[in-house]
Amino acid sequence: MSDEAQTVSVEISINGSRYQREVEPRLLLVEFIREEVGLTGTHIGCDTSYCGACTVILDGEPIKSCTLFAVQADGGEVITVEGLEQNDELHPIQQAFSQHHGLQCGFCTPGMLMSSLALLAENPTPSEKEIRKQLGGNLCRCTGYQNIIKAVQAAAKTMQEG
Amino acid sequence: MLNGLGDTAKPLAGGQTLIPILKLRMDEPSDLVDIARLPALHYMNNNDGVIRIGALATHGRIGKSDLSKAVPILGDCANGIADAQVRSMGTIGGSVSAADPSCDWPALLHVLNAEIICQGEKGSRAVSIREFIQDSYTTALIGGELVTEIRFKTPPANSGGAYIGFKKAAPAYPAASAGVQLSLAGDNVCQEVSLVLGAAGPRPVTSAEAENFLRGKTLTADLLNQAAEILLEASDPPADSRGSSDFKRAMLKSIFLKVAFRAIERAGGELIEGGPEYV
Repeated sequence: MSDEAQTVSVEISINGSRYQREVEPRLLLVEFIREEVGLTGTHIGCDTSYCGACTVILDGEPIKSCTLFAVQADGGEVITVEGLEQNDELHPIQQAFSQHHGLQCGFCTPGMLMSSLALLAENPTPSEKEIRKQLGGNLCRCTGYQNIIKAVQAAAKTMQEG
Repeated sequence: MLNGLGDTAKPLAGGQTLIPILKLRMDEPSDLVDIARLPALHYMNNNDGVIRIGALATHGRIGKSDLSKAVPILGDCANGIADAQVRSMGTIGGSVSAADPSCDWPALLHVLNAEIICQGEKGSRAVSIREFIQDSYTTALIGGELVTEIRFKTPPANSGGAYIGFKKAAPAYPAASAGVQLSLAGDNVCQEVSLVLGAAGPRPVTSAEAENFLRGKTLTADLLNQAAEILLEASDPPADSRGSSDFKRAMLKSIFLKVAFRAIERAGGELIEGGPEYV
């Protein structure tokens, strides 16, 4: 193949809206979300599949959007941190992170929230151990994790009480 | 399509090993062929004494499957790989094809004496995992071939197994790993046994000598210690950012003994939660 950059058509649903773009096949999903669509809540931290700041939900499962080409998500449904708030109301997970001081600088928070969302969708009443295991792929340099765990536990309770 | 693009093209499954490799410029394929949507390769089944797993089954799906409840060593491995996000995308076929010496599946599949089904233009062939993994990052796949299935015998009822990858943090590759699958007659007499050490050299480390040493004997801590020493003799863990060779040998021995005892307890019918261990 020639070295000239070729583009392919990709259509991805993000937070319920469809975005169709012509992109280079090597474009990462996180770049599609941030640069093509302009949703900058999803962060690029390590860019090596380690830190989890770029975590989004793709077709119901949490994934690291820095380790996926946009073309791999073609036709898929993505939820980013911007999709959590509904009608100017914070999602219970966001409220719990705020109330329980589950963040300091906030850089890792979008990934933490999306991993927590995936966990609570699959397991509405997780044990502390299960929360720690699910968040094992999300690093935080500020909090020491204790308040993050408390926030997820509180969110689980609120969501159970509905 | 892979055939048409020639030897410099690579299949892309979940991409959880390949995309980091590309970012590190460790490989420069001319083309990537996204195979993740091939619909028929996500299956898992257990029929007539044979377990078959489609190459595109993800670690996450395997870990949460009924198969992992029936064969706990599978769940130990699948649920211990990296983190939830990587397990959502990464596939068993991609893992064995990458043949990273620290990857969990190549080591685990040595314990289960799996066959790797390789499909090419001219048909498919079954290759024993021991022949499939030839060296670090090197497999028996030839140009245009694709791993389509992983196949192994269903372990018998009186058997148990366990696997541990020992690592610094969830997303890290293991610094050392060990797996044991065995079947027991009454009084802990070892009938069949299969042992492996991972991240302990360019290929998963096995030892027929260590297995023969245990076969037919009543398993005790002392015997398992001796088997561990024989197995360690065959290992050559490289010093790297995950630890010195001595540190890795010490960890290999420690987790080997842990999985051996866990395998014995599971063979006795106990339900024991497994999974990775951290520094």
